[in-house]
Amino acid sequence: MFRETEIVKDVSSIPPFPQDAVQGGGGAGDLIINVGPQHPATHGVLHLVITLNGETIKKVEPHLGYIHRSIEKMCESLTYRQFIYVTSRMDYLSAHINNHACALCVEKGMQIEVPDRAQVIRVIMDELTRIASHELWWGAMAMDIGAFTPFFHAFREREKINEIMEETCGARLTMNYYVPGGLRADMHPDFQKKVKEFIVLFKRKIDEYDELVTGNIIFINRMKGVGMLSKEDAVSFGCSGPAARGSGVHCDIRKLYPYAVYDKVEFDEILETGCDSLARYMVRIREMKQSVRIIEQLIDHIPEGDFQAKTKAVLKLPKGEFYTRVETARGELGVYIVSEGATTPYRIKFRSPGFSNLSALDSMARGSKLGDLVAMMGTLDLVIPDIDR
Amino acid sequence: MWSLTNISTGIHDWLIQTFNPTWALIIEMVIAGIAVIGLFAVLGLVLVLMERRVAAWMQIRLGPNRVGPFGLLQSAADTVKLLVKEGMTPDGADKFLFNLAPFIAMMVAMLLMVPIAFAKDFQLWDLNIGVLYVSAVSSIMVISILMAGWASNNKYSLMGAMRSGAQIVSYELSAGLSILTIVVLTGSLNINDIIIAQADGWWIFKGHIPVIISFVIFIIAVTAETNRAPFDLAEAESELTSGFHTEYSGMKFALFFLAEYINVFIVCAIGATLFLGGWMPFHIGNWESFNHVMDYIPSSIWFFGKTFFLIFVIMWFRWTFPRLRIDQLLNLEWRYLLPISMFNLLLATAIAILGWHF
Amino acid sequence: MFIVKYIKDVFSGIKSLLVGMRRTGYYFTHHKEIITEQYPDNRDTLVMADRFKGEVVLLHDENNEHACTGCTACELACPNATIKIVTKFDITPEGKKKKALDKFVYHLELCTMCNLCIIACPTDAIKMAQTFEHSVYDRAELTKILNKPDSKIREGVE
Repeated sequence: MFRETEIVKDVSSIPPFPQDAVQGGGGAGDLIINVGPQHPATHGVLHLVITLNGETIKKVEPHLGYIHRSIEKMCESLTYRQFIYVTSRMDYLSAHINNHACALCVEKGMQIEVPDRAQVIRVIMDELTRIASHELWWGAMAMDIGAFTPFFHAFREREKINEIMEETCGARLTMNYYVPGGLRADMHPDFQKKVKEFIVLFKRKIDEYDELVTGNIIFINRMKGVGMLSKEDAVSFGCSGPAARGSGVHCDIRKLYPYAVYDKVEFDEILETGCDSLARYMVRIREMKQSVRIIEQLIDHIPEGDFQAKTKAVLKLPKGEFYTRVETARGELGVYIVSEGATTPYRIKFRSPGFSNLSALDSMARGSKLGDLVAMMGTLDLVIPDIDR
Repeated sequence: MWSLTNISTGIHDWLIQTFNPTWALIIEMVIAGIAVIGLFAVLGLVLVLMERRVAAWMQIRLGPNRVGPFGLLQSAADTVKLLVKEGMTPDGADKFLFNLAPFIAMMVAMLLMVPIAFAKDFQLWDLNIGVLYVSAVSSIMVISILMAGWASNNKYSLMGAMRSGAQIVSYELSAGLSILTIVVLTGSLNINDIIIAQADGWWIFKGHIPVIISFVIFIIAVTAETNRAPFDLAEAESELTSGFHTEYSGMKFALFFLAEYINVFIVCAIGATLFLGGWMPFHIGNWESFNHVMDYIPSSIWFFGKTFFLIFVIMWFRWTFPRLRIDQLLNLEWRYLLPISMFNLLLATAIAILGWHF
Repeated sequence: MFIVKYIKDVFSGIKSLLVGMRRTGYYFTHHKEIITEQYPDNRDTLVMADRFKGEVVLLHDENNEHACTGCTACELACPNATIKIVTKFDITPEGKKKKALDKFVYHLELCTMCNLCIIACPTDAIKMAQTFEHSVYDRAELTKILNKPDSKIREGVE
């Protein structure tokens, strides 16, 4: 039985990773394993090539492209009204916020004044989406580190948000509720009542989350000091959102470049200085509470008026380049449109938060255990269709 | 009274009268073998269903409720599914070891059934070193896991097997030490003697704090030994897909699955025997009338009630806690459980020598 | 003190675990909290939100008349080529030729329920239905012709 030599032979004969290309790895005792594209921890079709020495990670190399649908190219053949719906499919957990970014960019180009009512409802919807997204992240991350029950508890509250969305937007995941100039339809008559009910429920339930996961000693030990991402690294990798704020980087677009009515509401930008997985976890948990705070301020003060500005039937952006950015649940989403003055964009580029956050994974993971990698990916909150687009 | 004891004695007497002693013994062995296999099947079905129900209720779900009344036939349907499934052997696997591993896992589980007292005078073999036998045989389990992980020729399986090797070997220590606490207090390795010693109160009540500590340590250690969450590093679904049984399918997978549940049952039975008095009814010191009332409940019900309570506790752990990391797992054993249980053993010995227990 | 800290660690750790177990234990014993919806069984009582986007339907009134003029605004608005309008020419009583709807072909298998066609329709002829059980055995069954046989355009809709 000389199985060990066989394994080493197998490793060296994998063509795409020649030994000299594998920095800090590829020695005789190293084990290269492929996590994904079909793996329970990657939450999608992410492919990580991991060089291991025993249980210790020497190198992580993400391979992308398994769910590339060429959304950017598709958008070039769709009109400015049509392309918004495609962006729901990028980061499907914050569909509203993606749509918001695109609508903002078109409105910026066309110089459309969005009515106040639409703006306030947009912000409420965005924050609900953010809570829903963080809820799913919380459950999925707990599942990554081996606790199954939180997943279902998180979905219980997320279901309430989905019901609100379904009532107003007609869909639960890919809503396509925002159109250039405002909203597709006015909010549902029950909207305010349902949201208030949800807030009362959610404030009670978020303490249960702490009991179940946050305070748990096993959880804290799994998270503390794991996946260190220094402030400098976070900036140089272009991390954004909770992943960067966990390292103390001041990067909340809602504060830095306020859009919609974010400059009129009071909320705190959550900054943690732990730089580890626990810090990123706490940022998201505290962010949910801030989102509730924003919704509470707005829900009783939705101004009367139109929900949609008067726009031309056919939208044509003037010649030029337009860029807007918003804060999705995962970080900064930028929409860059180059227009030649036609009904369709000449070129569209999305700056997705997941892609930049994923790039930090390698430097975070080196030297830690395989089990930690899963926890790290959990706290980066990767959504694979957002990375690949 | 209608009890397991009477049935077994009845059968024994009838066999002795009808056949000569050798044949009677052989027939008894066959009956015992069939009974153990039958118990295996029933336990597997019941425990899988129980686990799914417990998990569902903790996760605010309903759980299996489609197959049969209240979903009672769900695990039977699962078994049929697994039976008709193709049992694949991977191309690069070591075929012999790969196919042998699940059977070793099963065999270990079967061997562990031997010294367990299911009811008063109802035991396959009244072994005078019963406790030692259990802790010795249960460590063979690790061989089947290592064999499965090694023979699969899969990196995930190998890592799962290596993890579980380190884990089971370490946690055996504290499990053994906490068992020793009871052995010291009783002064016997015989399971029946240990149970008889608890006639005036279970050890967990009359053994003061050291027994409670060793009970807690025992539960933690056996959870780790049976590879259950939060110590399921050998499987670690989110890290290693399924760990050592990634490559197994069909009935071979089912054997591993079954062996896991049987092991849980056995360690809980041992825990119930050592700390909660096995089949011994709930007795309080000299309260004769109260003890007499308790004696009316058949001893087998006491045994299974206690065992299933412990199984429930272990399931409760599984559906509440996140998984530990491999270094934390070993830290917990070597830095916390082992020193505490060693100190605890000293304390228990002192109590036993000075006769301070009730 | 090392020993004091050690013991404190052990107890605070056990306490945090017990807090979590109390939470799951609560849900284990409180079955009223169960949120499972037993879907095919509750079909009769299941109410979809009135704005739910299930599929596109062409509205017909009791005289088997619809409001579609065949203007193809929806076809143009659709990002996925889900809708194909086939038109024909009717002869009006005055003897003039008039464009009218022949077939409203709707590919449900391509539809993403984005609602853009509904917005685009100038005569509100189409709307989203709340049905959601679309599974069929053959993909061809998902290509639907929305206008009913012998239906015609409602009087006065231009």
